[in-house]
Amino acid sequence: MSRPLAVSAVRKRFGDVPVIGGVDIGVPAGEILALVGPSGCGKSTLLRLIAGLDTHYAGEISVDGSVICGPDPRVGLVFQEPRLFPWLTLAQNVAFGLHDPDGAEARRLVADALAVMGLASFAHALPKHVSGGMAQRAALARALVTEPQVLLLDEPFSSLDAFTRMKLQDHLLAAWQRYRPTLVLVTHDLDEAVYLADRVVLLSERPSRVQDVLRVAPARPRDRRDPSLLGLRVALLEALHLERGAVGAAS
Amino acid sequence: MSAGIFDPYQLPPPLLVAEAAVSLWRRGLLQSDIAITCLRVLEGFAIGSVFAVLLGTVTGFWRRAEEALEPTLQALRTVPTLAWAPLLLLWLGIDEAPKIALVAIGAFFPVYVNLVAGIKGVDRKLIEVARVYNLSDLQIARRVVLPASLPDLLTGLRLGATQAWLFVVVAEFFGSTQGLGFRLTDSQLTTRVDLMFVALVVLAILGKITDSILRVVERRLLSWRDTLGQMPS
Repeated sequence: MSRPLAVSAVRKRFGDVPVIGGVDIGVPAGEILALVGPSGCGKSTLLRLIAGLDTHYAGEISVDGSVICGPDPRVGLVFQEPRLFPWLTLAQNVAFGLHDPDGAEARRLVADALAVMGLASFAHALPKHVSGGMAQRAALARALVTEPQVLLLDEPFSSLDAFTRMKLQDHLLAAWQRYRPTLVLVTHDLDEAVYLADRVVLLSERPSRVQDVLRVAPARPRDRRDPSLLGLRVALLEALHLERGAVGAAS
Repeated sequence: MSAGIFDPYQLPPPLLVAEAAVSLWRRGLLQSDIAITCLRVLEGFAIGSVFAVLLGTVTGFWRRAEEALEPTLQALRTVPTLAWAPLLLLWLGIDEAPKIALVAIGAFFPVYVNLVAGIKGVDRKLIEVARVYNLSDLQIARRVVLPASLPDLLTGLRLGATQAWLFVVVAEFFGSTQGLGFRLTDSQLTTRVDLMFVALVVLAILGKITDSILRVVERRLLSWRDTLGQMPS
C-alpha cells in the first residue's frame, strides 16, 4: 500500500539562505506525526510546501502515491490563527471548502463537523461573537469537513491559553477518531507533541534535516500525567539542548 | 418676519420661501424638477458605480490590468469635472445623455478609488485559505476579495452619491429646461431669490435622504464587522 504522505529529499531555500536541507518523512495512514525543532528551522515552511502554497522547492512530495504540485483536495491545512471569514457565520465558514456550500449534502456534513467540535449551537454565530478557542475549533471543522486524507496543522493552538489548549487537543483527538485523517502537527509545545503524536520528528537547526524520530508508545486515551510521556519530554528537551537554559549557560 | 438686516430680495424670510415652494408645487413644477433631477442622479450614479466596480475589481485584482489602466485613470481623475461639460455636450448633444454622463463620471471616481484601496488591503491570510481549497482567481475575487472589501466599497458609494448630487446641479446649469439645477439658474436670471432657496433646501433634503439610505444599507451589510462603528447603540 502506498503511503498517504511521503516527503522525499525536500530542499528549500529563500534566496541564498537554505532553509530545508533535505528532509525525508513518510507518514502511514491515520498516524499523528508531530514536527518539532528549533525556531526558524523551517517547520512551517515544510507544511506550506506540503499544502501546495509554495511550489518552489527541490525534491518530491506525494500524497497517496501521486506526486503533488500545488493545492490538493486530499490535503487540508489549519493555520496558527483561525482565519475565519468575518462576514460568514461559523456554519458558512465550515462550508467554505465544499463544492456546493449551500446544498443539502453540505448542510449535513457541516452540522456533523460542528457537532464533533462541540459547536452545534453556534452554527449561526458570527466569528466576532465567539471566543478564540471556539474560532479555532471552527477552523478545525472547516478543514475536516472536506475529509482530507492528510491534515496539516501549523501550531494550531499556540495562541490559546493553557486550559483552552488542552481542551482543543482533546477536541482534535475526537475529530481524528471520527475522520481518521493522517495528521501532521507542527508545534513548539513538547507536552502537546508527546500527548498527541504517535511519532515525534525532531528537525535540526537550519538548514533542517531529520535529526531524530521518537516513538510515543502509550495507547490512547493517554493520561497527561503518564511518567513515560514525561520521560519522552525530557529526551526531546535534551535533543533540543534546552535542558539547562542553553543561552545563559555559555557565559 | 424679518429683522431688517438683509433685504428680502437678498435673503427672503422662511415664510416667503415656503409660499414660493407651495406655488411652485401648485403649478406642478417642483414635482417635475425633483423627479427629473432624481432620475438623472439615479441613472448616472448607477452607471458610474457599475463601471467603477467592474474596473476597480479588475485593476485591484490583476496587476497587469492595473499597470495598463491605472496611469490613464489617474490622469483622467485630475481633470476638473466642469472641464468635461463642453466635450460631453459636443459628443452627446443637449439631451439627457451628457447630463447623465457627467453624473456618472462624478460618481465613478470615489467608488473606483475606494474599491481599489479596499481590494489592495484585503488580508493576504484570508486569500491563502481560499488557495488551500484550490479556488480559481474568479472564485477568490467573488467569495473572498469582494466581501472583504465591501466596507471600502460602501464608503466609496456614499462619497459617489454625494458627488452625483453635486454633478447633477452642474449638469443642469447647461442647456437644461428642467430640474433643480435649472431652477437655480432660471431664478438667478429672474432674480427670484425665494425660488433659489426652494431649490437649495430641496437639494439639501434629497442629499441627506440619499446619505441616510446608504448608511442603513451599510449598517445592514456590515453587521459582521467587529468595529467601533458596529457597536449596538
